[in-house]
Amino acid sequence: MEVITTDIAIVGAGGAGLRAAIAVAEAAPDLKVALISKVYPMRSHTVAAEGGAAGVIKSEDSLENHFHDTVSGGDWLCDQDAVELFIEQAPKELIQLEHWGCPWSREADGRVAVRPFGGMKIERTWYAADKSGFHILHTLFQTSLQFPTIDRFDEYYCTDLLVEGGRCQGLTAMEMRTGRIKVFRAKAVIIAAGGAGWMFPFTTNGAVKTADGMAMAYRAGVPLKDMEFVQYHPTGLPGTGILLTEGCRGEGGILVNKDGYRYLQDYNLGPPDPWPRKKAMELGPRDRLSQAFWHEQQKGRTVSTKWGDVVHLDLRHLGEKKIDERLPLVRDLARSYVGADPVHELVPVRPVVHYMMGGIDTNIDAATAMPGLYAAGECACVSINGANRLGSNSLTELLVFGGRAGRHAAEYARKTTHLTESLADQLGEMAAQRVTELFHKEDQGESLSVLRGEMNKTLESGAGIYRTEDTLQETCKKLAELRARYRCLHLDDKSKVFNTQLVYTMELGSMLEAAHAMAHSALQRKESRGSHQRLDYTERDDDNFLKHSLAYYAAEEDPRIDYQDVVITRSQPAARVYGGAES
Amino acid sequence: MSHRTIDLEVMRYRPEQDDEPWVQTYKVPCEEDWVVLDALIYVKDNLDGSLSYRWSCHMAVCGSCGMMINGEPALSCKTFIRDLPGDVIRVEPLTNFPIERDLVVVMDDFIEKLQRVKPYIIRDESKPISEGEHRQTPAQLKKFKQYTLCINCLCCYAACPQYALIPEFIGPAALTLAHRYNQDSRDQGWEEREDVVATNEGIWDCAFADACSIVCPKHVDPASAIQQMKISSTLSWYKNLIGLGGKKR
Repeated sequence: MEVITTDIAIVGAGGAGLRAAIAVAEAAPDLKVALISKVYPMRSHTVAAEGGAAGVIKSEDSLENHFHDTVSGGDWLCDQDAVELFIEQAPKELIQLEHWGCPWSREADGRVAVRPFGGMKIERTWYAADKSGFHILHTLFQTSLQFPTIDRFDEYYCTDLLVEGGRCQGLTAMEMRTGRIKVFRAKAVIIAAGGAGWMFPFTTNGAVKTADGMAMAYRAGVPLKDMEFVQYHPTGLPGTGILLTEGCRGEGGILVNKDGYRYLQDYNLGPPDPWPRKKAMELGPRDRLSQAFWHEQQKGRTVSTKWGDVVHLDLRHLGEKKIDERLPLVRDLARSYVGADPVHELVPVRPVVHYMMGGIDTNIDAATAMPGLYAAGECACVSINGANRLGSNSLTELLVFGGRAGRHAAEYARKTTHLTESLADQLGEMAAQRVTELFHKEDQGESLSVLRGEMNKTLESGAGIYRTEDTLQETCKKLAELRARYRCLHLDDKSKVFNTQLVYTMELGSMLEAAHAMAHSALQRKESRGSHQRLDYTERDDDNFLKHSLAYYAAEEDPRIDYQDVVITRSQPAARVYGGAES
Repeated sequence: MSHRTIDLEVMRYRPEQDDEPWVQTYKVPCEEDWVVLDALIYVKDNLDGSLSYRWSCHMAVCGSCGMMINGEPALSCKTFIRDLPGDVIRVEPLTNFPIERDLVVVMDDFIEKLQRVKPYIIRDESKPISEGEHRQTPAQLKKFKQYTLCINCLCCYAACPQYALIPEFIGPAALTLAHRYNQDSRDQGWEEREDVVATNEGIWDCAFADACSIVCPKHVDPASAIQQMKISSTLSWYKNLIGLGGKKR
């Protein structure tokens, strides 16, 4: 087996992975980095983020505001020490990106411009028109090209962590071009492999977001934290699930039901005027807006279309000039994919799975409980997002914590030694066995797309915007069945070169594990908080559930769910208040 | 929703078993709002699990799914079936690149060229973070903004007649990216990049066929970027000749 020796192996080359790689290269030019990704870096899903990245820059804003918006937005499930660190580092990271060439949109005087986002008291979202994630990703990727210590392994699918003596000491990955599995012997590993939106049938996420990083850590014994918190973005295009940024509403867009009524005023987000007004109506937080859609649908006040029920996003009053300057991608996407030009027409939208608040449990240094293993970005849960992420915090999060993961992993790598080559080879062979077995299964009539479809369906019906004991029980049962059937999956395609059937099969395996953790975490959280809404436990219950859930892998069994206290420094849990006549 | 059944002709090539590429036809019942990528996904999920292609975002921003559609390079996620004539659609891997398998091409050449043009901010002295952002007016931003929009889908390389003839040609997307940084008011790397791009493999290899700009799905207009580079390179050459040469800022 080929053994590649590096100092730090990074899984995933999206925003967090690239930022981590650059941080290592800058802080420790003597250390080698292997940046390993199943896709070329510019294909990573960071590319699709539109609206922007939050960081305090305006003189009328303050770190205190950003802290409070984030903590209340997260329904007090955020670790406040992590939030404090995050908001303080945020502007520095965004300025750093500016120095690296990110084409941020500008004010007339040449300063960076900011726009408001949902749940935000003062505007603090830095943006590059409505292609912010695209520009952040390309800026990071291009910047990374100048560092000779970063070795990229593009189109390598990571399969397993190598754990020896309780430490993470590398990983195995399949080179997709040849089908060969290789061992990466590393002193430290950073997982930055993104989220898991593809567990659900209707998502803004690209097809690459399949929980691979989460599942890899989980199977190795690292807990997944707060997995029950799934963010539905309120404005996705029906049919495809393509995201229309919150920036639409930040720029003044409104949401109306089939009667042309701004229905959000019926859900503690009003009054509607004056508009635009921060932290109110369409600029409320995402969980509240998606939940309001659900209620409108129950009342029969949504619009029925060939793609299912929708409400309308109205941008017409912004005018063509502003739409073309601030929201050109939105205009292009709406025209292309639903045939509606937002300059002249209402755009159909509905809630769509967008982001996992939960993920690999880390501390504020991006370190997991396993020595040598770090995680950052959407696959991680540090946690600054709590029960509901504030729009535009995630792009900043991957910069702040990607950078920290890189620096802390470098520090750790300096103090540790490599696994011996022979042991690496031996562990690699064992890990490779799991993949090889997939090739030799008999045909037992199970199909990849059928299994994936059933997983999608049971998560949406059981663990969607509103949940109950019964629906969650049903979903847990179904997932147990699907995990068993997964073991009977066989491959028709026995070739080695770029075998996407094999990759999709491993991805489905990852998603089933993460889904299992999610459903059980949701079942056991008997309260409603942020994005986790239970029809049978409608109130937030701080006495029992002001806690992070931790799901531990238990092989064939159901995951073990444990709890960890939330870190509270200066904001005691209180009611989340949005709307009101003043912002 | 109404269905329309098409014959999707897909070029197949599996190096372990095929001596050369061949065409396989699939009958695909398409929804009216489907793009070509949806038809490929239908094949993969329902008809033939062995078909390989790259894709991810399904919204024309990740750049993975560039391929030849009825002979033209295009993004399969942005090409609507309703916009294509007839009931036969032919998809093939991007031309001018080696085929890795089926619709997947080998991108190594492009990745090497991208790196070669030094697509990052180069400055004599970097500015400390504590001094805040560089000031850049909307007018300064506008000078290069269009050239930042490239998604690296490689459609321009598939369209470029020069790249077809001269594989050493750095090509539209990579040259445009060099121009993007040269035009950025924060950058001071023009001279370093000039050594790479003002060469026979670089801008002087472009015959201004404009094919790149015609097929670009993001309207980046690489042809104009390259023409602008030729002009500034020529001006600098004359300035040097008459002794006015100096570092371009």
